[in-house]
Formats: sequence, C-alpha cells, structure tokens
Amino acid sequence: MIIRVRKPSDLSSSDITPEHVYVNRRMFLKQAAASAAGLALAPAALGALERSGPIRAPQQVDYARLKSELGEPVNSYKDITTYNNFYEFGTSKSDPAKNSGDFHPHPWTVAVEGHVKNPGSYHLEDFLAPYKLEDRVYRMRCVEAWSIVVPWRGFPLADLVKKAEPTGDAKFVEFTTVMRPSEMPGQRTGVLQWPYVEGLRLDEATNPLTLLVTGVYGKDLPNQNGAPLRLITPWKYGFKGIKSIVKIRFVEGMPHNTWWVTNPREYGFYANVNPHVDHPRWSQARERRLGELRRRETLMFNGYQDEVASMYAGMDLRKWF
Amino acid sequence: MNTKRIVLVLKVLLWLGALAPTVWMGAGAIFGWLGANPIEKLEHVSGMTALIALLATLVVTPVRRLTGWNPVIQLRRPMGLFAFYYVVLHFGVWMGLDLSLELSWITEDIAKRPYITVGFTGFLLLIPLALTSTKRSIRRLGKRWVKLHRLVYVAPALGVVHYYWLVKADVRIPLLMAAIYTALMLLRVPGWLKGRARRASVVERSLAKPVEGREPGNAMAVGAID
Repeated sequence: MIIRVRKPSDLSSSDITPEHVYVNRRMFLKQAAASAAGLALAPAALGALERSGPIRAPQQVDYARLKSELGEPVNSYKDITTYNNFYEFGTSKSDPAKNSGDFHPHPWTVAVEGHVKNPGSYHLEDFLAPYKLEDRVYRMRCVEAWSIVVPWRGFPLADLVKKAEPTGDAKFVEFTTVMRPSEMPGQRTGVLQWPYVEGLRLDEATNPLTLLVTGVYGKDLPNQNGAPLRLITPWKYGFKGIKSIVKIRFVEGMPHNTWWVTNPREYGFYANVNPHVDHPRWSQARERRLGELRRRETLMFNGYQDEVASMYAGMDLRKWF
Repeated sequence: MNTKRIVLVLKVLLWLGALAPTVWMGAGAIFGWLGANPIEKLEHVSGMTALIALLATLVVTPVRRLTGWNPVIQLRRPMGLFAFYYVVLHFGVWMGLDLSLELSWITEDIAKRPYITVGFTGFLLLIPLALTSTKRSIRRLGKRWVKLHRLVYVAPALGVVHYYWLVKADVRIPLLMAAIYTALMLLRVPGWLKGRARRASVVERSLAKPVEGREPGNAMAVGAID
C-alpha cells in the first residue's frame, strides 16, 4: 500500500532508480522513436521501468516520471505550480503564480501551542531540524471536481504531534495561515475571512498519510503552493491543505475552518472526498484529472480508503461532510 | 464621412472585437497557453464573452436614445448573433469536451445543478431569437416578433444568475454584471413609458383617421424592442 513510512536506514538500493536505468531508458526511447510500432510500446515499457508509490531518494529521482501507487503519472511541475487555489493571492487559478512574487517565506516562524506539554515558537529551520523529509506521490482532489497527482516532500504530522505531546484536552489541531495583507493582495479583499484557518481531528492529524509539506518535485515549495510549510491530507478535498502555516494549535473544540465559516451548507469540517455526497451545486461523482480529456470516477476517500476509512466507522458521512 | 461609411467602420470593428476571443482560444489550443485545465479555460472564456456580448447587445438601444443617432441600431443584430454564437460555443465545450457527450451526465447536470439549469434555460430562450433574426421573419411575424424578442431581456439575467451561482466565494464580477444589467434595464424605463403614451395617442388618432403609408411590422420591430 501507499504508506511506507520508513527511516532513511530502511532505504534499499532498489528504491533509487539507478543512473544506468536512465541511460538505458534514453536509448530505449531513441530506438522506440525510430519506429511507429516502437512508439506504441514505449509507454508500457517505461511503466515497467518505473517504480511506483511513495519514494525517498531526493538525489537521483526523475520526478516527472514518478507514479502514484495506482500507477497514475504525476502532473508536470508547470501544472502543479501554475494552477492553484490560494485566495490570498487572488481567486483565479493563475493568480497565485502571478501575484505571489512579493511574498517572503524566509525568515519564518512557526508556533506550536494550546494543549501540549511542549509548546514553542520556532524558526522554520529549527522547527524542521528533527524531522526526516521524504517524497510521496499523492492524488489531490479539489472540491471543484478536478484533481492532480503531486510528488510532495514533507514529514508526517504525527511526528510533530508526538514531539509536542498533546494533553488529554487536545481533541483537534487547528492551523492558521500567515496574515500579511501587504504581501498577499487577496487578504486586502473581503472574499474570505482572513487569516485562513483549517483543522483536523487528532486521529486525522496522526494518520500516517497526513503530511506537513515543505517541497514539491524535490524542490522547496514555491510561494503559490504554500511556501514554506503547508498541510496535505490526500483523502480530503484540497481546501483542507492549508498553506503558509504559522500556527499549529492543539484545541478541545472543533476548529472553525474558513470555508465552513464562509458557507456551512456547502463546506464541512471533515471534507472527506466522497463521490456519493454531492456538493450542493455540483456533482462529486466524477472529476477531471488535469491532463486528461474524459472525466474519471472519483474514488471514496480519494482512493485512500484502506488507510483512513476506519477513522470514520459508524459516522454518517452525509451529515459530517 | 457619410452615415453608411461610419456604420461600415463600426461593423468592421465589431467583427474584429467579437472574433478576437475565438482567435485567442483557437491559438491558445494550438500553442498551449490555455493552462493546466484547457477545457475549463475554454468554458470560462466563451461563457464570459457570451455574457459580455449579451449585455453589449442591450447597450445599443439606450445609446440610440441618448445620442439620437439611429443608424447605430444596425449593430444590434450582429451583436445579438455573436452573443448567441458564444453561448453555443460555451454549451458545446461543456457538452462535448467537459462532459464527453455522455448523455446521462449532461441530463443529470441540467436537472440537478440549479446553475446549469438556469444557464441551459437561457441558451434555449436564445434559440428562437437567433432563428427569427432575419428580415423575412421580422416582416412575417410582425407584432409577434416584437413580443418574442423581448426574451432578449430574460437571457442575460439568466446568464448573470448562472455565473453568480457557480462561483465559490468571489462574487465581485457576477455582482458587477448584475449591476450593469440592472442599469441597462432601468435606462429603458423612460422609453417604455414614452412609447406607451405614444401608442395610446396613435390609437386615438387612428380612430379618427387611418394612418397611411406605413409598414407596421418593420416600424414596430425597430422601435419597440428597446
């Protein structure tokens, strides 16, 4: 399955695509291009050469050729970094890439607070120092019914929770985006309530799939993708993935996440990907994968059912959408 | 410049302006500048252009009233037809590319999503208007043509609602369009009041003495769709 959270010491040589495979692949491609029949064979053969699933091997990875555990190819770096919902920089998909040039993700401070034994405020470098970053390929399904496959780099939020040592009162984790109207033009409008807030139940926060992300395609996060630190919960709609986080607070009550505040009838707290529960204004049964022509069926929990369904056993997912 | 020439220049400008979005979309599809989700981009550009064109069509009559320059009315039909063209393009991209011509998806969306229901209704309303946009239809339908073409006030309203209902949170542009639509409708009110008074007096006079030498169909067609 997809979760293979391992220490670097567990890394076996087969996890890294050796250089000679690349060389061979290029030769193979050249040969394939020489004949039409060869061209038709090329994708399948390439697929066989690729390893799938989350990987860690920052140095030699050809990120563009990575695949998800279901064999889906990752989207291009260009698609991932030019098609974004990040209303702090504007409401159209191309706005964040255009309008985030003046944003400064360094220096950066992250506060861990609330019901924890080890609260603190950290410079980003110190904050990240204890954790091992790893690359993982996840699907991202937007509530707007499009999806994208992204090789993220980050570390499990569970590791942070463990270090923070939540007390018995901590039932939820609340995240807050930085408030910088001077650098984030969207925050100078009233389109949403600023700063952006998101939250997870504590068990969701410690689910091995949940990542605090610092990079994409093996590089640091660009501003438009939520530099320098964002959340990724691949079984939930994309808006749960709060960007440019400055505060991680352990709380007792369910956090008031921004989209829920904006329109509680249309956006819930859980926001689990669910093809059977439509958004009031559009179907969630299907989605457009960026780069594909025909819509595909949306998978329950975005295809991560085995890893997350047990957390919601007995819950009415129509009510808790 | 004589009137004919001015109208010709305006028509050329209209054609250039109206075809520019089509050229942009076509070139974007060829050169790949439509972004990561080209189908969505085509839907947005064609839909936005359709809505702007529909509103622009409603500008013609107030301009004629305010300037008193009647030949401007000749731009109204091509503008309306361009609006219809972009509505058709918008609908075609949605049906053919976005939903891959899957009939069950299409009917489900039209039935279940209010913003699509409204948009689709607007599209349906425009079909008879486009079909009866010829001079022959105007003559043949007479007063009924005038009544039928009042739908041109309904379609943009449905278009604005369609747009307002589909955005997630940023309703600024849909609201701006609603304001423009409202203003354009309010500008017509004085004309309607005057027209009603005039028709009343025409009826009075015609009771006394029949009016001769008029082509009722044409006169109504040009005058009454304000």
